[in-house]
Amino acid sequence: MAQATTDRPSLSSQLPDKTLTKWLYDMQLIREFETRTAQAYQQAKIGGFCHIYTGQEACAVGTIACLDAKDPVITAYRDHGHALARGMDPKACMAEMFGKLPGCAKGKGGSMHMFDKPNHLYGGHGIVGAQTPLGAGLAFADRYRWEVLGKGSKQVSLCYLGDGALNQGAFHEAQNLAGLLNLPVIYIVENNGYSMGTSIERGTTMADQLTLKAKGYGIKGIEIDGMSIMDVYDAFKPLVDECRDLQRPGFVDLKTYRYQGHSMSDPQKYRTKEEVEDAKERDSIANLASHLMQERGCLSEDDWKAMQKEIRDIVKESVDFAEAAEAPSVEEELYSDVFIHPLPNLSPSGAYTHGSKNPLL
Amino acid sequence: MAKMNLVQAINSTLAYEMERDPRVVILGEDVGVNGGVFRVTDGLAAKFGNERVQNTPLDESGIMGIAIGLALGGMIAVPEIQFEGFLGPAYDQLVNHAGRMRTRSRGRFTVPMTVRVPVGGGIHAPELHSDSPEAIYSHHPGLKVVMPCTPYDAKGLLLSALRDPDPVVFFEPKRVYRSFLEDVPEEEYLIPIGEAKVVSEGEDITVVTWGAPVFQALEAMDQLPDDVSVELIDLRTCYPIDIDTIAASVEKTGRCVIVHEAPKTAGLGAEISALVQERCFLHLEAPVQRVTGFDTIMPYYKLELEYLPEAPRIKKSIEECLAY
Ligand SMILES: Cc1ncc(C[n+]2csc(CCOP(=O)(O)OP(=O)(O)O)c2C)c(N)n1
Ligand SMILES: [Mg+2]
Repeated sequence: MAQATTDRPSLSSQLPDKTLTKWLYDMQLIREFETRTAQAYQQAKIGGFCHIYTGQEACAVGTIACLDAKDPVITAYRDHGHALARGMDPKACMAEMFGKLPGCAKGKGGSMHMFDKPNHLYGGHGIVGAQTPLGAGLAFADRYRWEVLGKGSKQVSLCYLGDGALNQGAFHEAQNLAGLLNLPVIYIVENNGYSMGTSIERGTTMADQLTLKAKGYGIKGIEIDGMSIMDVYDAFKPLVDECRDLQRPGFVDLKTYRYQGHSMSDPQKYRTKEEVEDAKERDSIANLASHLMQERGCLSEDDWKAMQKEIRDIVKESVDFAEAAEAPSVEEELYSDVFIHPLPNLSPSGAYTHGSKNPLL
Repeated sequence: MAKMNLVQAINSTLAYEMERDPRVVILGEDVGVNGGVFRVTDGLAAKFGNERVQNTPLDESGIMGIAIGLALGGMIAVPEIQFEGFLGPAYDQLVNHAGRMRTRSRGRFTVPMTVRVPVGGGIHAPELHSDSPEAIYSHHPGLKVVMPCTPYDAKGLLLSALRDPDPVVFFEPKRVYRSFLEDVPEEEYLIPIGEAKVVSEGEDITVVTWGAPVFQALEAMDQLPDDVSVELIDLRTCYPIDIDTIAASVEKTGRCVIVHEAPKTAGLGAEISALVQERCFLHLEAPVQRVTGFDTIMPYYKLELEYLPEAPRIKKSIEECLAY
């Protein structure tokens, strides 16, 4: 998709081996993490709803690779991948899903609510589409900070959404505002083809030309093959640079695929096994690994195996950590974090406590 | 007579009414092939076709708005919102259009619509998937709000809702969806909206609740000494509140405990408590008590049962009210 039209080498081909090797590492970390997450869910160690990112790794890793450390990121509920790609400690992420106190939301949010202040991750959010005006607002704040307050520098906000969120009114309002007010936010539609059991063709108009929707709001849109991290980087990096420079919004139809069901309880009546297998043929991790081994020749089979082993250990450690960690206590945590100056008489114990400090604060 | 759980009772009642009245149209996210997130509409698309079981995009405001238009235009609209938390985007349409159309048109137009919404906690789900917003919708004039907690009641109330010329929000407690089976007659019967049910008769104290906490209240009653006689009332309809049934009971017992999952402040318990003191002031032997969720969002999972009004808290409140 993002083919070089001239003889100029692509951006990703000019990056050092270690950068691409790090991408491989980050993507594999997410994959392993999600494998373990799914297991823990099946063992009933994780409750509630749990949306697995497997298959989409190149989306989060490839787009976040184009950011500055301070650029804000906000996303929906399929958020483990973004959290890890943004640098969250896997332990904090896993503990959150286990409902344990050292989790990134003190074990009181769960799978859908990953937050990481030092890494500028403004959350996973559960109302589909509702994060999109927030993304515009984050961009507004950053623009205001350097333009009006004269502090900091130009930032770009990334706001992820699923293809299902395309149809929410909030997203259209957000795009209009972003276009109108020149807000540097990039809407990344992680287009995995389905909104639960509804295929994109059945859910939205002009499903094969989503960029036209953004065009209607004066927003530049591009399509990217989200199964190839090199393509993601090659096409997305110039867009980030442009949106940062011009302080304008952007839109990406990032075509990807989720290998697992929508959530952990999905009979998947809406798609065939063959379709899933076809997508796995184009797997982003396998592709990058073979690129590094064969084309770049910078990674040996043994290196790759060692990397996978290292990652397995790290993720296993996060599970052990989550398992052993303490759960939030009723007295301290049931009614904490509502207000800075809370109303003691309304707390269950009759005396408000601030609870423990969020480990990621 | 067939044994059914809550899901099956709702499913078969929808099928019954769709058979009887061709104007009934279901719409919502994945209500077709997938049968909805909780499979409540399972098989209905196969039976009645995609026009009558309309799969919609992910767009609650659109779903609610189009359902209102459909109802205004003469059909019986039955939108499904997947979880109570997703009523948020649909709120404007529901309260500002559905609830006001009859009054705004001074009786010329009505919105015969039954909004089906799974509600409440207790299934290990996080916030937005565990909330209890029945007081919010009861507060808005023009909406009726029901919450049956048994398969039998669900059928009778759903038929009443579907045949009501005004909009009804039909809350379905998820915790109860598949928790037990009950005999549900095949023939039709209506349970009037606005009629509470005395689940068990008693002399010493009245417990008023609705939805899943009915079963927590029963559990609490099991744990009380045999000589404590509790009258348990399942409100069934949150608006309009059947204060006659409650008042008759409290006049007899002189004590009242109200139980709900929603946060305490401005919950329906506050309204019922006010009604009880208006109607039963001279009969009251103790202040009306409330056992509720807390003024915070539903915590995830490990703290869930601490948030919800489980049996031990209900039992304690009953004992305190009796000892007053
Ligand atoms: C307002 C709202 N409506 C419905 C849901 C239930 N729901 C959760 S995810 C989802 C599908 C979203 O699909 P998409 O946006 O494509 O994201 P994906 O799951 O593919 O990542 C639905 C219907 C919700 N969380 N919020
Ligand atoms: Mg999708």
